[in-house]
Amino acid sequence: MSPFLAGATWLLLFQCAGELVSHALGLPVPGPVVGMLLLFVALRIRDRIPESIGTAADALARHLSLLFVPAGVGVMMYFGRLAGEWLPIVVGLLVSTIVTLAVAALTFAELARRAENAQAAAPESES
Amino acid sequence: MTGERFFELWVYLAATPLAGLTITLVAYVIGYAIYTRAKLHPLVNPVLIAVIAIVICLRIGDVAYGTYFTGAQFVHFLLGPAVVGLAVPLARAWPTMRRLALPVAGTLAFGSAIALMTTIGIAWALGASPGTLASLAPKSVTAPIAMGIAERIGGVAALAAVFAVATGIIGAAVGKFVFDAVGVRDWRARGFALGLAAHGIGTARAFQVNPEAGTYAGLAFGLHGVFAAFLLPLLWRVAQLLTGKL
Repeated sequence: MSPFLAGATWLLLFQCAGELVSHALGLPVPGPVVGMLLLFVALRIRDRIPESIGTAADALARHLSLLFVPAGVGVMMYFGRLAGEWLPIVVGLLVSTIVTLAVAALTFAELARRAENAQAAAPESES
Repeated sequence: MTGERFFELWVYLAATPLAGLTITLVAYVIGYAIYTRAKLHPLVNPVLIAVIAIVICLRIGDVAYGTYFTGAQFVHFLLGPAVVGLAVPLARAWPTMRRLALPVAGTLAFGSAIALMTTIGIAWALGASPGTLASLAPKSVTAPIAMGIAERIGGVAALAAVFAVATGIIGAAVGKFVFDAVGVRDWRARGFALGLAAHGIGTARAFQVNPEAGTYAGLAFGLHGVFAAFLLPLLWRVAQLLTGKL
């Protein structure tokens, strides 16, 4: 069997498991996200990534942005609403995204620098 | 072929799932070819090109979104397995990533709060309606999760998906310039910020630019989805109390 087919089957099985857990426990998190967490735990327990799952996941990730196109085209249903409120929407999306990118990048870079300095100062206490 | 016969064929074809699926792929392939020609320039976003091209075609052909979606849903559906598959880059990066637990958790919490507060703060100050605000709130979360959150807090699911896609496109387009402007060169930080602020579209962009950035983007994208699904409705309550209305 091709690795892609086997891998895609695994991804769907984990998505089903995620949907079941999400619904059974009434979680606010969608099934695929729970499925991702379950698969992550499974991969960590096995401590290696089967070629099949790697192949399928990489194939989907490579053109992840394609998958957002159908939702994006939904914009055509809301032209009226967008025309009426374009200023708060455009400014809100644009400014917030720029600020979030800057704040997140600066925060991560600074925290990572500190964490790595601390680890360098106290070498190999664990792991 | 007479004009009438052609029109009949058009009506038949436009109503089949085949048409919606084909136009989605054709538009994206063209968008991606232009993106490649432009040497992956961030401002030439393939999603944006595809969306504009499809909307124009549907408008010209007078095809409703629902009809288009009967075909496009097969692409849309793949978001589910793609999200599940993000476990793979996470598992690969885990050995190096666990040393960065604190930066990851700290940036996630702070960045997520900033994303929410700046969006609704600005849109509210500029007079957006409550339904629009609730649909804007989860804009930095991936579309399928954003839809669920928006519904819970009184927004419109489909509109939230549109805002999420728009945010992804904006983030992928401006990320490089923002990171250069604030002087962050660390690929992990750039990737993480892209995934956090611009979810899957930002993550796709990060993978195209640098594999390490892509991995951290995938991490932030996944974690932000989980984090927001649990906490955003609570933060929304806080924002409501602070502003006293909404």
